[in-house]
Order: sequence, then C-alpha cells, then structure tokens
Amino acid sequence: MDITFDHVSYTYQANTPMAGVGLDDVSVTIHGGAYTAIIGHTGSGKSTLLQHLNALLKPTSGTVRIGERMITPSTSNKNLHPLRKKVGMVFQFAESQLFAATVREDVAFGPRNFGVSAEDADALAVQMVARVGLPEDVLDRSPFDLSGGQMRRVAIAGVLAMQPEVLVLDEPTAGLDPAGRREMMALFAKLHADGQTIVLVTHQMDDVADFADDVLVMDQGKVVRQGHPKEIFQDAQWLLDHQLGLPRTTQFALRLQQKGFKFDHLPLTTPELAQMLAEQLGGARHE
Amino acid sequence: MNKMILGRYIPGDSFIHRLDPRTKLLATFYYIAVIFLANNWQSYLLATVVTLAIIPVSKVSLRFFLNGLLPVLFLIVFTVLIQVFFTTGGHVYWHWGWLSVTSLGLTNAGFIFVRLVLIIFMSTLLTLTTPSLSLADAVESLLKPLAKIHFPVTEVALMLSIALRFVPTLLDQTTKTMNAQRARGVDFGSGGLFKQVKTIVPLFIPLFVTAFTMADELATAMEARGYRDGYGRTRFRVLRYGRGDLLAAVVLILLTLGLIFLRN
Repeated sequence: MDITFDHVSYTYQANTPMAGVGLDDVSVTIHGGAYTAIIGHTGSGKSTLLQHLNALLKPTSGTVRIGERMITPSTSNKNLHPLRKKVGMVFQFAESQLFAATVREDVAFGPRNFGVSAEDADALAVQMVARVGLPEDVLDRSPFDLSGGQMRRVAIAGVLAMQPEVLVLDEPTAGLDPAGRREMMALFAKLHADGQTIVLVTHQMDDVADFADDVLVMDQGKVVRQGHPKEIFQDAQWLLDHQLGLPRTTQFALRLQQKGFKFDHLPLTTPELAQMLAEQLGGARHE
Repeated sequence: MNKMILGRYIPGDSFIHRLDPRTKLLATFYYIAVIFLANNWQSYLLATVVTLAIIPVSKVSLRFFLNGLLPVLFLIVFTVLIQVFFTTGGHVYWHWGWLSVTSLGLTNAGFIFVRLVLIIFMSTLLTLTTPSLSLADAVESLLKPLAKIHFPVTEVALMLSIALRFVPTLLDQTTKTMNAQRARGVDFGSGGLFKQVKTIVPLFIPLFVTAFTMADELATAMEARGYRDGYGRTRFRVLRYGRGDLLAAVVLILLTLGLIFLRN
C-alpha cells in the first residue's frame, strides 16, 4: 500500500496570529514494502508529516492518498477507522499511552476496537508480546509495574496487534539503553524482512544507514531530498548545513579521506568500510 | 482544543497589554460588580458603548471575543430563556399554562443577555491580554496583606502559577494521548453515550499517570535547585503601577458615575 502526498500543505492554528507552517507543499510517495526513514532537525515538520499518514491531521491544502482512500481538506472525521487499522502508529514515548489493568488487555485494546473477537484479540496479544521479546508472564501483570523499556515494548506490541499494513515509528528508541535499542531495531528489521512497510522517524543516522532503503530529508516543512541512504549520505557538507549528522562509519571514512585514503563513494556501514579498506591496503577480500 | 479561548494569551503590545496585571484583575472584578448597577436601557447602552470602546484598544481581533462566548453560549441561552418564560409583568404576548411571554420578561431577558455578554467580553479581555504567570503574580501581590493573619500567600501563589503553567502542557499531553488512542481505533466524540463514556478511560488514565510523574519530577527539580519556601525571595518580574493604571481607574470611576446617574 502506497501513501502519496500531492502538494500537501498544513498550517497550525490557521487564521490566528499564532499560525505556523507545519508542511509546505510536500509531494512525496512512501512506497509499500519499503523501509522509509524520515530525518530532519527538530521542528522540521517530521511529526506533522507522520500525523498525515493515518489522517490524524488533514491537509490545509493538497491531497493525501492512503492506499485507496483520498484525504482532502474537506474529508469528514467520520469513517477514518479503516485507515487507522491499515496504518499503525507508534508515537514518541509510546509507553505513555498504556492504560489497561493488564498487559494482555492493553495489547488487545487496538484489535478489539477494530472488531476482532475477544478470543482472537487475546491470541494476538499473546503472539505480539512474544514478538517484541517480552516473557509470557508479563501478560497478566499491570503495565505500570514494568520498567520503562518494557512498557515501550508493550505499547509497540499494542500497535503490532492491529496488524497494520504500514508501521509508523516516531523515534521508537529514544531513551532506551543501547542493548534495548539494538533489539528494538532488530525487531523492526525482521518485521520489514517479513514484508512489513516501515516508516521510521529518527535522529540516529546509524540506524538510517543500517536499515532504511529510502530516506526523506525534511527542512522547514518541506521534503528537501528523497533517495537511497547511499545517495543522501554522500553529500556530507549539505547534511551538516541542514543540522543533520552522518553515520559513524561515514564520519570515520571522511577523516580517513583527509589522511589520504580515497573512496569513490563514502561507505555507510562497518562491513562496507572494512571491504573498501581491505582493497586499498592491498589485502585479500575481507570476509 | 483550539476553541478554548478562555485562558489563551494573545501576545501584543497595546495599552491594555502594558497595564499592570493587578490593575487588570481588579478592574475586571470591579467591572463585573459595577455592571449590576445598570437597570435600564440607558445605563446598559452606556456600559455597552464603554466596553465596545475598550476592546479595540487591546488590538485583539473581535473574533477572539466572539469565540470566547462559545463555551458559555448554552448557559447564556438557558438564562435568557428562563427570563423570557418565567418573568411575569407588563403586557402579555403569549400564554400557555404557567409559561408566558410578557413585555417585562423580554426586557429582562435582553438586559441579562447584554450583561452576560459584556461580562464575558471583559473577562476574555483580561485573559487575552495577560499572560497567566502575570495573573498569578497579581494574585500573589494582592493577597500579600493576608500573610499577616498567617495565610500561606507565597505557597498559594506558587500552586496557582504551577497550575496555570501546566494547563498548556496538560492540553498538549491530552492531544498526544488522544492521537495515540485514535491511532488504536478509539473514536472520540462519536457513538452513543455509553460508548463515549468508555473512551474516557484510555484517555484519562494515561493523563493522570503523566500528571503525577510530572508533579514528581517538578518537585525533584525544584528541590535540586534549592527551593524551600517563598519567604524573602526577590522577584524577576517586578510589578509597578504606572500612569496607564491611573487612567484605567479614572475610566472605571467615570463609568460608575455614569451608571449611577443614568439608572432608575
């Protein structure tokens, strides 16, 4: 399922002195099956863009096409239900959305709202709690007794249980410890390998380099570039000018370049860099 | 959430914005009291003219004031209808059981309508032109004499400013939580009463949890920065009366005299 933006603009608090531009004439397609990363400094419009993906916000002008559904400024707020099921959204600090008495109930909440029977919703809860790497015994505990990282997983399980076609993640690893972050990113990579469309907002350029196959760069409410991470990260100076960083490997390669190494394109990942260095240093093929 | 105009400050640099918040607070209360002096169309006309003359001084669009009426529209309509149907006296236009529409009822309803609208305009003027923290400062300053009878003025003022400070934060949090639950298939504001009541739980529990966490973190942050109590603290925003405040007082006194002169 593709999500296509056609000349979408969004203004916050339109017609008041506090009006602010959220999106400015964005035309972009998020392809079904892709792992799309959205990067941009704070306030560049990433969150506004995200909220258009499941019609939490409607454009002030332009249209958003979500699968078969067209969202225009005049779309009614009713009957958006089917969209919300297709596009699952994990918000920043998603653990703050938990409310139920047990993990089981909380994870089953989404599917129940979309008309899944109590029995099937419960089965989904059990399955998803396992998928996010939580032990089975948390199912009947209160989500508020868990650690912050575990609560985040429960919230993500709650969205996965809706079995969305597109999974939207807004900085899902913010505030997690490095091990938790790695596990979380591995989980999303596995979901993507199983055919899940993923949209990830992140400030971690390493994650973009390691996982994404399409990158949107946002600045001042506009999508200023779209492309494969390989293309996006070639232009180091341009990224720095947009208050963005580079993957650690690329930074390292840039410093090597200053010391006389030559790269025809900047590597993004450690294996890629190792391979290039092995070739240049006259060694055998790096394994 | 954008409809909640009460308590929404519109930044500006008008004469009214620059008035001392204490003046604005006292003037608003005084105005609400003094408007009850009006009891005939001449005095109501004077109050209306004065109010409509004051509003443009704030340089805030009249639309914001009209929006301020929306949340209390029901209350106004209800009060007016009660006046229309239950006041008896004068010429009877319509009569059914114990309901009747009389000339006196209509006049009273008109007066009450004007009075309520004027009061809301004035209090909207206060909240549109005064940041909530300035209001808290004003309350603290005005309550200060009560410290003599061991009323905890600084604590109350602190509670007030914290409460006001967190209104927008909690509203933001409400929007976020609603979005998160909408994304999980909750339809706020649709369906029958029972269905709507059920949507309260997934909204309010996360809000309460967040509010308690925020309160706890705020307390820790304040202690970490050495907060004990308010005694002997100097102020960052010092309140001083100026010439404008005198002018405001003069306008109110003239309004009062005018009302006394015109009323029956």
